[in-house]
Amino acid sequence: MDFATLVQVLDSTLRLATPLLFACLAGLFSEKSGILDIGLEGKMLAAAFFAAATAAVTGSAWIGLAAGCAASLVLAALHGLASITFRGNQLISGVAINFLAAGITVLMGQNWFGLGGRTPQLEGAARFQNIELPFAQALSPVPVIGPLYSQVLSGHTILVYLGLLAVPATWYLLFRTRFGLRLRAVGENPAAVDTAGVSVTGLRYGGVAICGLLCGLSGAYLSTGLAAGFVKDMSAGRGFIALAALIFAKWRPWYALGACLLFGLLEALGNRFQSIQVLGVTVPTQFMQALPYILTVVILAGFVGKAIPPRAGGEPYVKER
Amino acid sequence: MDALPKWADIVLIPLVNLALALAVSALVIAYIGENPVEALTLMISGSVGSAYGWGYTLYYATNFVFTGLAVAVAFHARLFNIGGEGQALLGGLGVTLACLYIPWPHWTLALVGASVGGALFGAAWAAIPAWLQARRGSHIVITTIMFNFIASALMVYLLVNVLKVPGSMAPETARFPEATHLPSAFDWGAWMGFTKSAPLNVAFFLALACAFGVWVLIWRTKLGYEIRAFGQSEPAAVYAGISPTRIIMVAMLISGGLAGLMAVNAVQGEAERLVIDSVQGAGFVGIAVALMGRSHPVGVVLAALLFGILYQGGAELEFSMPAISREMVVVIQALVILFTGALDNMVRTPLERLFLRRRRRAA
Amino acid sequence: MADGERGGTRAPSPPAIELRGISKSFGPVQANKGISLTVAKGTIHGIIGENGAGKSTLMSILYGFYKADAGEIRIGGRKTDIHDSQAAIRAGIGMVFQHFKLVENFSVLENVVLGAEEGALLRPSLAKARKLLTELAREYELNVDPDAKIEDLGVGMQQRVEILKALYRQAEILILDEPTGVLTPAEADHLFRILCGLRDEGKTIILITHKLREIMDVTDTVSVMRRGQMTATVKTAHTSPPELAELMVGRKVLLRVEKAPAKLGPTVLKVDNLRVTDGKGVERLKGVSLEVRAGEILGVAGVAGNGQSELLEVLGGIRPGSGSVTLNGQPLALSGPRSDGRARRMAGITHVPEDRHRLGLILDFTAWENTAFGYHFVPEYCHGGMMDNQALREDTEGKMRRFDVRPTDCWLHAKSFSGGNQQKIVLAREIERDPDLLLVGQPTRGVDIGAIEFIHQRLVQLRDAGKAILLVSVELDEIFSLSDRIAVMFDGRIMGERLPHETSETELGMLMAGIDGKAA
Repeated sequence: MDFATLVQVLDSTLRLATPLLFACLAGLFSEKSGILDIGLEGKMLAAAFFAAATAAVTGSAWIGLAAGCAASLVLAALHGLASITFRGNQLISGVAINFLAAGITVLMGQNWFGLGGRTPQLEGAARFQNIELPFAQALSPVPVIGPLYSQVLSGHTILVYLGLLAVPATWYLLFRTRFGLRLRAVGENPAAVDTAGVSVTGLRYGGVAICGLLCGLSGAYLSTGLAAGFVKDMSAGRGFIALAALIFAKWRPWYALGACLLFGLLEALGNRFQSIQVLGVTVPTQFMQALPYILTVVILAGFVGKAIPPRAGGEPYVKER
Repeated sequence: MDALPKWADIVLIPLVNLALALAVSALVIAYIGENPVEALTLMISGSVGSAYGWGYTLYYATNFVFTGLAVAVAFHARLFNIGGEGQALLGGLGVTLACLYIPWPHWTLALVGASVGGALFGAAWAAIPAWLQARRGSHIVITTIMFNFIASALMVYLLVNVLKVPGSMAPETARFPEATHLPSAFDWGAWMGFTKSAPLNVAFFLALACAFGVWVLIWRTKLGYEIRAFGQSEPAAVYAGISPTRIIMVAMLISGGLAGLMAVNAVQGEAERLVIDSVQGAGFVGIAVALMGRSHPVGVVLAALLFGILYQGGAELEFSMPAISREMVVVIQALVILFTGALDNMVRTPLERLFLRRRRRAA
Repeated sequence: MADGERGGTRAPSPPAIELRGISKSFGPVQANKGISLTVAKGTIHGIIGENGAGKSTLMSILYGFYKADAGEIRIGGRKTDIHDSQAAIRAGIGMVFQHFKLVENFSVLENVVLGAEEGALLRPSLAKARKLLTELAREYELNVDPDAKIEDLGVGMQQRVEILKALYRQAEILILDEPTGVLTPAEADHLFRILCGLRDEGKTIILITHKLREIMDVTDTVSVMRRGQMTATVKTAHTSPPELAELMVGRKVLLRVEKAPAKLGPTVLKVDNLRVTDGKGVERLKGVSLEVRAGEILGVAGVAGNGQSELLEVLGGIRPGSGSVTLNGQPLALSGPRSDGRARRMAGITHVPEDRHRLGLILDFTAWENTAFGYHFVPEYCHGGMMDNQALREDTEGKMRRFDVRPTDCWLHAKSFSGGNQQKIVLAREIERDPDLLLVGQPTRGVDIGAIEFIHQRLVQLRDAGKAILLVSVELDEIFSLSDRIAVMFDGRIMGERLPHETSETELGMLMAGIDGKAA
């Protein structure tokens, strides 16, 4: 692989890592508050559809983004209702949300646009445009650093940079603010928070809402940044891969960035090299496509070290007698 | 003292939940601009209004009995197997290999052979997530989902590169030999009005036998006792000398095997060859079926019938009301999972209060 | 003697707490019935009563955890509506729960600050708390390292953090729910010194306990609760332990079990240098050696968490260990597949676990299904992989009659029985297997007095039938009344063995704190 190819692969790594990163941070907020969320996938998908649909109608990617986030927040509220208010099974609720999103997006898409569940191709302001970072042109002749800056780091949509900024922001919010302290506490021992006079329900809804918002960004980026429109099932398991990345990152924001970049790289490699020769054997395309899923299983198998999840995760909070 | 009478727990609550799910679905249909009552009438007449409809409805129900039982058995061990889809895909491979490469003299033997093949392959595909859960603590929900994706990539690879008929463009295997074809409803039920087109076949009876078998397993055998005890409390199971690893493995193998058996119906019985995506979401429907059926075989059979009606009715609906696409069924399925699985307490708590008040007034 | 305010508190200032006609029911169960209580400012008030008498419910109402169905609360003379914990904190009430409400992987400082932060950013809050904490520590002998993680602290320290949390929130009223259950006698004494210090500063303290000695030692006034009602409130100086015990139970109680001297047989259980390391890599048993002979009860005393649970679990086949254990001279496997609960039962060891809800029963199973629990493989219940449910139900009915389980309905779910009847179901299952060795942990925890007597008699009967019994209990009274020999555990070791008639609570207390009186 020559340097030019490497630059291309890294560039697309960053693009592909962004939806994972948003979703991974979304899962982080939810799980830190003690609510497991396997419905990241569904929220992304819903957001992707509503963002693309709205952008197609209004011609504005920003209005699309708002619509995508709103759709994701509605599903997040549903998840909150099931798992916080009605103390239901969080896994089942997540599964239901995934199916709901898978069904409703195609149903609505067909109803609105009649394109078999797709939205119209987005053009111009209906899509997020690439931004050139300052000095990208000037620096590009510099060897190594130049291409890395001007071609890998520069030239993405604003959402990519927003995703990168979300990492330190998440870290700050979780570890340096009152809200973060309480949120982490409620995922570890909700009774401690409750007896300290803070509402467990409120905090958990807060965590779930932030999760919804971030999933909204993730989905909107998928359909209006990375692609130019919505297609059926376009999230393609990214919500689950984001969960694996979260476990890989052991619920820490900076590590989440690393884990998502790794998965982004894998996907970029899979896209770039449809089939590769390893020691004279041709690795089939399908294997390259399945690679992120296989890696997820390997990570979950704990071959990369044991991770301790938030202790109260998955358990509805019931006051003890 | 239980707050609810038993009949309310197993009949009333699922029905109320179902009604809620259907009510929301009706709203969606109304939003699309069709008349929900008309849609419901179409669905019901299309699915159970004729022998033709029944031929499809029961065929779908057969698939869902297998996948629903698969999820239910795992649920009893408090394992959430979302991998029915992938396990059924692999089951299809097992059935295909058994049908294509073994010269069966008669369909009865082929049925046995294909069942063994399907169950083995399905179980094998469940074995890896099960082992990872038992030994490495990897979350079985996520690993089984990943295995669905991996299974579908694997099947595409096999169909495109290995199993495809040489020279053909279609990614599918050759048609299975005549001797492996299962008698269809037309063969044994023409007197009931089933036509040649009905995909319903003898695998339907295999599904009912499996339901009975699961009932015996769960409530009458030592293994079933151990599975239920483990599902209720892992530490208590260890106290009782029940090995968690063993139960996780066995329960998941049975679960995967049941999912794999679905291929007997869909691949051997209906398609008579292996095609890409032979499962078509039935693995996921199994989740809704198991939840709705309270993980009890009788409940699973009834819920599977209901979803058979929904699927066949949905296909008819798509035909008569083109605005409503097939995904409507996925939405209904999601709502059933949501209301029966996740929002159960929304209905249960007020009902419990109601019954308590009534009882207190009676006392 | 329904509600005689015999002590009659006459304080110049309005009482710190006044409860009037508090009632609360959970579904069909009435936990509190028309409770009235007055506690004077600057006193330590004890509330004593059996398990399930309604003490904790009452205090949870006072702390805003539950809303009373009827009645009113007055704090400092003013009617106060305590609808949540926040309101209780605002009213100046602090509570130290029996099970601490701490975030294990947070530091002491973070736990203290949680919910009482100064502003949206953490840093200033933590800095302020650190200063205040040092002051409080100096004032009340409450030294704790503010940066230590909770999970690294012992229970005594964790309890201090709970008290600090309340004081940080400027609590004037402090409620402690069974605070000494996990403490050594020495730690308990230290706690009481702290409490007296707080009282002298003018704070009001409510101490909930079922231990008469603590009430006598430290309280100014005491209220007795029975079956959801307040049966009496008296000045501590005017009462005596037997009187309180009678008020608690409603009739005279036998504090000792009648039993003949032990007829010792051969050694049944021999444990040598037994070690257990838990999942976190902490050594829980550090070389335990002991023997139990046929026809005797060996009581293992100690503060909870010193390795007794692990001892029972490794002997019962629940967790692996290393060292040597023999039963009737035959070595037992301590790890691997031959060391599970099933192998232990086949070898002749049965086990009444400490926590019947977590281990001993499946609460959502029927009584008859629970009777097979751990024995589902035996030929009486299971032939060729199929359960004989009919035989099992008949057997269960017999067991329920013989052990006086009420109601005698084998189709009821385990969760529908009272604590005492649940324990009898477990006991019937384990005793009637006719074991060579019975392991018993906390046999009467959460069990009503009537059932306690019955359970104690059954254990003594088993002993008299020539069986070996290893009894673990944190209740010294129980240890004294049942044991033929007493071993004391501290920090994963046996600190010493004593004969019940040759020792005293004081000496055992020293051993439980890790101090060997004889060696010193």
